[in-house]
Amino acid sequence: MITIALGLLPLALLGAVLGLDVVSFPQAMISRPLAAATLAGALVGRAGHGLIAGVVLELFALETLPFGASRYPEWGSASVVGGALYAMQPDGTAGALTVAVCAALITGYVGSWTMIWNRRLIARWAAGLRDALTSGSCDAVTSLQLRGLTSDFARGGLLTWIALLALAPLEGAILAHWTFSASDSRAAVVILAGAVAGGAIWKIVHNTKGTNWFLLGGVAIGSLLLLVT
Amino acid sequence: MSVTAPRLPLRTRAAMFLRLLAVQGAWNYETLMGNGIAFAVEPALRLMPGGRGGEKYRAAIARQNSYFNANPYLAGLAVGALASAELAGEPRERIERFHTACCGPLGSVGDRLVWAGWLPACSLLALAGFGLGMGPAGVVLLFLGSFNAGTLALRYWGLHAGYREGLRVASALGAPLLRKGPAQVARASALLAGIAIPLAVRGVIGPARGALEIVFAAAVVGAVALARFHGRVEGWRLAVAGLVLFTLLSVVR
Repeated sequence: MITIALGLLPLALLGAVLGLDVVSFPQAMISRPLAAATLAGALVGRAGHGLIAGVVLELFALETLPFGASRYPEWGSASVVGGALYAMQPDGTAGALTVAVCAALITGYVGSWTMIWNRRLIARWAAGLRDALTSGSCDAVTSLQLRGLTSDFARGGLLTWIALLALAPLEGAILAHWTFSASDSRAAVVILAGAVAGGAIWKIVHNTKGTNWFLLGGVAIGSLLLLVT
Repeated sequence: MSVTAPRLPLRTRAAMFLRLLAVQGAWNYETLMGNGIAFAVEPALRLMPGGRGGEKYRAAIARQNSYFNANPYLAGLAVGALASAELAGEPRERIERFHTACCGPLGSVGDRLVWAGWLPACSLLALAGFGLGMGPAGVVLLFLGSFNAGTLALRYWGLHAGYREGLRVASALGAPLLRKGPAQVARASALLAGIAIPLAVRGVIGPARGALEIVFAAAVVGAVALARFHGRVEGWRLAVAGLVLFTLLSVVR
């Protein structure tokens, strides 16, 4: 158990860095599933598997754009969990993608709560520093900023580590009893991801004049590419 | 009486730009990104009369560390404008009024431009790359390269324009990029979505493509249903429930 826990530390560190990127620093979107799950897959030694998990999660993520103070899944840590869990399974394992994506979505949901707790913690620290902040202390400003960054880094790392510790054995147990075929399992998760992405794109673009024609044009080009490639 | 803000040394501008990348580092439910704004403006405030730790410096830090919210990629406009106003000796009331007034526009314009525009467009571009056979490194570089080229340029422009215009920065919000950009990017996203989503779906399905038509049909039906229930259901939550049920069914049947 200790060996497994220690073995997951590099992935936890990646989750910490990517969890930090979601909101705190530097918001370069390395935390988006396309990048995060691929990096996690690469860390496990199979970047291609990480990318496939990342593509499916990215289709879901198109629906949850981080507007203002709204609550949304924390994709950085979640994608590390999803990418790593999928990459850990041998090629062609039936249900592996389904279970990995499901685990990532649940981790993202839990992650959204951990972000709220972190923001409340920072607010408590800010209240404790109120006198220094209102008197214009630069040290207090810097200290609060560094505490916020550190706590978010720790949050992402712990979330990834705990999620992997809990979900990796669970994934193995589930896949040992999996009965649907590999192709049906993959189709199920792709249908859901495609539907969520399609609905999300419509929500984003339908208020802009003329976008329906651009969408139809895109579908026509996409269909042509499906036929010729 | 206010004077023109001095030209900022390169080192100060670089420090402000780097700190802008962490402008949400202490985001909280009391002051939102207020502490981050003070943190990003601080290198410029060292140039105030009395220097670092002086009375004016401390008063300015305290002023900036109050409730503030904006899109993080456009926060540079506010940071530049506030630094310029402080160094030009604008009256406290004007700075505080600006501090309050610019939250709304910077939030809504930035959200439409970046969160609802540039981010999905770059994501769809990379998904199309995957669907056309690009490898892991290519897809990641295409996504990160395109997104960050746009947002780093936006952050740099915001800081520069904000400092140049000071409290008159509202005119910068009328720049063609910010007025027409969101609509243009939305059109590009729509076009890219039509191309990328089918290609990405096929790319994930892989060699076993017997049921590809069924997958497409089911995804389209699901997308139309979700679009009709816009605002009332979140697709990803339904998907979690669906995947959990599918998993249970697969294990217990």
